[in-house]
Amino acid sequence: MSATPVLALRGVSKRFGAVQALTDVELEVRAGEVVALVGDNGAGKSTLVKTIAGVHPIDEGVIEWNGETVQINRPHDAQNLGIATVYQDLALCDNIDVVGNLYLGRELRKRGVLDEVEMERRSRELLDTLSIRIPSVRIPIASLSGGQRQVVAIARSMLGEPKLVILDEPTAALGVEQTAQVLDLVERLRERGHAVILISHNMADVKAVADKVAVLRLGRNNGIFEVKSTSQEEIISAITGATENAVTRRAARTNGEAGK
Amino acid sequence: MSTEETSGTGDGSEYKSTTKTDKKTGTVKNTEAASAAVTVVDPRLLVREQGLAGYIGEFKRKLKAGDLGSLPVVLGLLIIWGIFTRLNSNFLTAGNFSDMSVAMVGTGMIAVGIVFVLLLGEIDLSVGSVSGVAGAAFAVLSVTHGMNEVLALVLAILTGTVAGAIHGFIFARIGVPAFAVTLAGLLFWQGFMLQILGSNGTINLDSEGLVAKLTSHYFSDVAAAYGLAIVVTVGYFLLAFSDNRRREAAGVPSRPLNEIIVRTVLLAVLAFTVAIVFNQYKGLPLAVVIFLAVLVVTDFVLRRTAYGRKVFALGGSVEASRRAGINVELVRISVFAVAGTFAAIGGLFVASKIASANQGAGTGEFLMNVIAAAVIGGTSLFGGRGRTWDALLGVMVIVSIQYGLALEGIASPVQYMITGGVLLATVVIDAVTRKTQKTAGRA
Repeated sequence: MSATPVLALRGVSKRFGAVQALTDVELEVRAGEVVALVGDNGAGKSTLVKTIAGVHPIDEGVIEWNGETVQINRPHDAQNLGIATVYQDLALCDNIDVVGNLYLGRELRKRGVLDEVEMERRSRELLDTLSIRIPSVRIPIASLSGGQRQVVAIARSMLGEPKLVILDEPTAALGVEQTAQVLDLVERLRERGHAVILISHNMADVKAVADKVAVLRLGRNNGIFEVKSTSQEEIISAITGATENAVTRRAARTNGEAGK
Repeated sequence: MSTEETSGTGDGSEYKSTTKTDKKTGTVKNTEAASAAVTVVDPRLLVREQGLAGYIGEFKRKLKAGDLGSLPVVLGLLIIWGIFTRLNSNFLTAGNFSDMSVAMVGTGMIAVGIVFVLLLGEIDLSVGSVSGVAGAAFAVLSVTHGMNEVLALVLAILTGTVAGAIHGFIFARIGVPAFAVTLAGLLFWQGFMLQILGSNGTINLDSEGLVAKLTSHYFSDVAAAYGLAIVVTVGYFLLAFSDNRRREAAGVPSRPLNEIIVRTVLLAVLAFTVAIVFNQYKGLPLAVVIFLAVLVVTDFVLRRTAYGRKVFALGGSVEASRRAGINVELVRISVFAVAGTFAAIGGLFVASKIASANQGAGTGEFLMNVIAAAVIGGTSLFGGRGRTWDALLGVMVIVSIQYGLALEGIASPVQYMITGGVLLATVVIDAVTRKTQKTAGRA
């Protein structure tokens, strides 16, 4: 694992009017590393991701890219650096086929005409290298299942050869099988040397694929944990801000009932 | 990752086993898995059987999924022709067919522009008025002011482009619903047309002039129609064949040669039938040649260029298009400009047909016929689905009804009711197929 992080946030703050959404947030992601970003609703996960993706420019702090300070003011800046974001609500066109969606906005052209053959060939190649299996690359997105759509959306982000991939709740609406497909894909991204930021509410997903867990609470860092050496309870207490919380109480209660 | 740590609840434990094996096996095994993924056929893969059974199977699947394509409108057209032929033997004659072909070009041209707008999932109500303005502008410039006909023609068409671009700008930049903008445009441009026509109300065009020739000129040499049929057929075959060669070379699925040959033969039969019919009357009409050229070009633009892909993308999901870096405003403005341009071109054909620009141009049921033509042809009102060839099929239905009823001497009230009924049937089919497609996951 390389020493310099691909992306480092140092003391990042963001304010929306009277609301301090982020305060002095630190975050580091290295190549070939999956960092899970967790936190309760309103903890600032989405805001943090949007600052990295260039949707909301930061108010204070520094963003470092490969050790150099950079400005990310527009989504375009982030894309040029090599940051690809896969949003929760997918951003695919239902009426266009898989190939068309993969290349939407960056179609390959040959003398001004769409080079469908080359796009289809490369799409198949890409999906094969990522071991993504879908019925056909020439059917509309509408025909695909939720998991298949999610992997297509992720594959789409891979076309620009990004260094950092941000996945915003990629498994939120998926079934067991599809979740496994997406998690497999996340691991393949890591093997290919991409840095990955994974936002998730699902502790099982986080434990399954992440290397590190960065916890946000009320817009601040509330601990960065190595997944291998941390229990789920510790992470949950960091998320909720207390060791005594609804989750532990419930756990204690069910354990007690089981003991009776 | 040890087993203790992966102890989770519920569905979590199910997939953890997969990730665990992946981790242990590492990269080398994963490449094996990847290559296996290519060879092992997923049972859900859409594999088409070879031969005739494959085509029938695919057809059945499409039918089930609500992917009807042009089937309903082609069937409808055959039924309409059948009924009118039974009622009046004059209906299916070369002369009537040729007249219908020329008559449909004006409406059809405007419907092509409407297809563009419908692909965005929007509507343009102003095309009728804009077409009237174009006809009037040409008449005023060339007849009243004696301007060069070509220059007047270009200016008249540009009037439409500008009008459409203004609607598009107000819709895309200011965010007024397209319905409201173009409704305002409908009134404004109609007033504008009456204003420039002045107190006379009607300006007759030179019957030997450029615009009049648009619909009155026929290539009477039989070689013209047959030549065009040959060009179309050979061109189609060569394009399909070379495309297939490229696909084979790139290793992506291609059509069997038999399929291309069958399609080419079907196209040849159609093309030569039409050519024979035209040659039995006055020959190949210039208007039809122009209309076919427009259809080929617009279809190519929509399906084979990045611009067309953007139009479809916007019809699918505006947000997805924006995130893909598509300039949503520019595409919207350009589509309305295209609609305005085709409205103007159509308006000139309408003026050409009656060899005059009058106050009634582009008013009344004309707008409804244009929109009905696009929708009857199979362009979805919900956006993202349709082809410009739909405009041809739709306008054939509408003009057939008009001519058929006129031959029977049935007055226009009945004609309106029948056209309304056909339109209703079409939008019902559109809505129902959309539902079926949703349940079959194809909307």
